[in-house]
Amino acid sequence: MTTKKTTAAGDYLKIDQEQWIHMYQQMCKIRTFEEHANQLYLSAKMPGLTHMYSGQEAIAVGVCEALRVDDYITSTHRGHGHCLAKGAEIEPMFAELLGKEAGYCRGKGGSMHIADQTKGNLGANAIVGGSAGIATGAAMSAKMRGTDQVAVCFFGEGALGQGLVYEAMNMAQLWSFPVIYVCENNMYNEYTHFSQTTAGALLDRAKAFGIHTAEVNGQDVREVYLAAQTLVERARQGGGPAFLLCHTYRFYGHHVGDINREYYRSKQEENEWKTQRDPLRILKDWLTEQNRADDSLFESIDKQVAAQVEAAVAQALTAPYPDASEVNQHVYAE
Amino acid sequence: MSTPNNGERILTFAQAIKEALAEELRRDPTVFIIGEDVAEAGTAFKVLTGLVDEFGPERVIDSPISEAGITGLGVGAAMTGMRPVVDIMFGDFITLTMDQMVNQAAKIHYMSGGKFKVPMVLRTTMGATRRSAAQHSQSLHTWFSHVPGLKVAVPSTPYDAKGLLKAAIRDDNPVAFFEDKMMYQTKGHVPAEEYVIPLGVADIKREGSDISLVATSSMVYVALDAAVKLAEIGISAEVVDPRTTLPLDGQTIVESAKKTSRAIVIDEGYEQYGVTAEIASVIADGAFYYLDAPVKRMGAMNVPIPFSPALEDLTVPTAEQVVNVAKMLCGRA
Repeated sequence: MTTKKTTAAGDYLKIDQEQWIHMYQQMCKIRTFEEHANQLYLSAKMPGLTHMYSGQEAIAVGVCEALRVDDYITSTHRGHGHCLAKGAEIEPMFAELLGKEAGYCRGKGGSMHIADQTKGNLGANAIVGGSAGIATGAAMSAKMRGTDQVAVCFFGEGALGQGLVYEAMNMAQLWSFPVIYVCENNMYNEYTHFSQTTAGALLDRAKAFGIHTAEVNGQDVREVYLAAQTLVERARQGGGPAFLLCHTYRFYGHHVGDINREYYRSKQEENEWKTQRDPLRILKDWLTEQNRADDSLFESIDKQVAAQVEAAVAQALTAPYPDASEVNQHVYAE
Repeated sequence: MSTPNNGERILTFAQAIKEALAEELRRDPTVFIIGEDVAEAGTAFKVLTGLVDEFGPERVIDSPISEAGITGLGVGAAMTGMRPVVDIMFGDFITLTMDQMVNQAAKIHYMSGGKFKVPMVLRTTMGATRRSAAQHSQSLHTWFSHVPGLKVAVPSTPYDAKGLLKAAIRDDNPVAFFEDKMMYQTKGHVPAEEYVIPLGVADIKREGSDISLVATSSMVYVALDAAVKLAEIGISAEVVDPRTTLPLDGQTIVESAKKTSRAIVIDEGYEQYGVTAEIASVIADGAFYYLDAPVKRMGAMNVPIPFSPALEDLTVPTAEQVVNVAKMLCGRA
């Protein structure tokens, strides 16, 4: 892994302790959310499948922490983290995962299509790379409407195989749209290592268009946040698009049913990432070293988040399904 | 149908399209056009000539040759407060926009439980006999007509084109708007005063009592031509123009078929699994007990559109063929 240190450690100390604690809280919320989503699957209480974001929390949180509530994001099939980091509530998210009427999309979208227009989340997308046009179009719209909103397009390295991404990046750079392409390289296009699918260097894809690029350790929320802040401000000031490459790893399978993974990656590799590159652990250790927080604080956050998530799950499990009359509502906007 | 000889204001189909766009661009600052060669070139068919002079390159935007990309940008812009009109030069190129139209634009309102809307228009062309061969001649409106969440307009006259396009731009849903490129110079009455034609309302282009000719886009002219020829032999044909294939005004079509007791559906899409199949089924369902003959369908021949004029002309329904089928259905063959 070739990770460039783009910021000095001193820069981290300039950020309020409260903000780092908030980022820990957000990452903890995502981690706990995903663990419960997995349990819902394993106990056959959740229809369909879901794709866990565990391990990649620092990216969604670091990037969204640099955004305003009226900024836009587009997300992916592995989208719970982005959604929560952009400010979504846990209750309607679980309700959506379970296909309940109280869900963000009235149960019609499900895990892979959660959208939250109150927080600028234009939606998760189950077509790999499918939201590159939407995010870029939102940035175009912001520019045309004369706002200083910024759009972030989250996608995995697998999306670099899709032509649409390049069509969108070309236009974003050509017309200087305020859009950040955040590439989360978790190294696996589903069950295939990216080196088997990707020619050349990942960043060269963006550089070919003259797009400003940055590269961070996606396990370190400090690095992600500072890089995102710089790129978002740059875009907001009219500096145009950027491409942020984040090196990361998904702790679990492609989806919750992908349990036996040894044919494409080793347990040793997984253990190394989980034990040595856990984004929650990295932030926790640093805050502790700096005497900015201690174990009791983290314990209380963990407890609080767990209680909140458990309550949301319980609520979602007993919530009603949509009425049958809903099935042909919202096909067209009135 | 208006005829260009009684002092009415006459425009070509292309002028009517341009006028609709200009009026909507003037009326609503969120409307913009994006596409290949839409600005100075005014499109390959010169339909938009001059628009960039009035509205500037910020609202009449020349794009790279990226059909999927510009459609995707349109979806994102539409979700966030704009009303884009995406110009796809040839209808054949909608294949490149399919994911953005079918998986994104069409489904976003539903998938979001009604939270997001995609008020965008995809303007494109259809129609063969321009000697443009298999990748520039197809009429693929059926494909979008298959997809819940999309609307599809197939106007036949300058009057309808203008009114429907204005409605499409104001609609809060993604609308695919198909213009037969062979009709751009077709003339017709277009009043100077403002009007909008709602999507989903068919129009009787000619009244008749013996047989219904349900025809779309340029096939309306084929049907009208056939109706004139049929009148000469004492068969009174009614020409029904659905104007939009989605939503489809089944009621007007069925009422016509009930009245005449016979129907032919004529559309320039491929005949197999086409618009003609859907409409014929609607008629069979709705007018079965009134019909004196099976519903007949006439679409483009089920072959890739050939280049050679000697072959290409064979693939599109003609007035003569419609007359022959009508005579057969009326027991006059």
